[in-house]
Amino acid sequence: MLIGRVIGEVVSTQKHSAYESLKILLVQPLNLDGSNRGAAVIAVDAVNAGIGDRVLVTTDGYAAFTSVKLPASPIDMAVVGIVDQVELSVGLDFALAPAPPPDKSAGRN
Amino acid sequence: MLLGKVVGRLWTTVKNPALEGKRLLIVEPLTPELEPAGKPLVCADCTGAGAGELVFYTRGREASYAFLPQQVPADNTIVGIVDELHVKRNK
Repeated sequence: MLIGRVIGEVVSTQKHSAYESLKILLVQPLNLDGSNRGAAVIAVDAVNAGIGDRVLVTTDGYAAFTSVKLPASPIDMAVVGIVDQVELSVGLDFALAPAPPPDKSAGRN
Repeated sequence: MLLGKVVGRLWTTVKNPALEGKRLLIVEPLTPELEPAGKPLVCADCTGAGAGELVFYTRGREASYAFLPQQVPADNTIVGIVDELHVKRNK
């Protein structure tokens, strides 16, 4: 599993039927110092996360589709938790930055 | 899943029988800012996506589940066409 930040949402009409009624999130995976770790990924939402939330993302297909109760569907990533706190041992003194305050202007354009 | 853009098509004549009738598209992975995010790859398609469209594709074993109950040897499958992206990054 990865720690990530929800940075957006994907709107799609023409999609596989498994994705109907699921929220599709854009998630930027993060390093432990809070910096970006590679390109952003797309994950379905199993915990009602929103833009700006720090989340736990599973990258295993079986875990992902069981988390949204859709066995054997073409889903390979899901948001399965919202991170409250990360505690690191010594040597890793710069932990993930706290979640930013919710931005009321966020999102829709 | 990853975001990508359809940049081409591919045809094969000799192929696994389960791939008959499956569209094969060349997809370039993209970041949410629509910058290239890696090398282009070949994806099967279950949505009817066309050239230039922004799509998302699933990878690995789950890619073949898009065609169930048919068992198709695909490891990347386009599963949705993106209408809109709402991106909010804290710079």
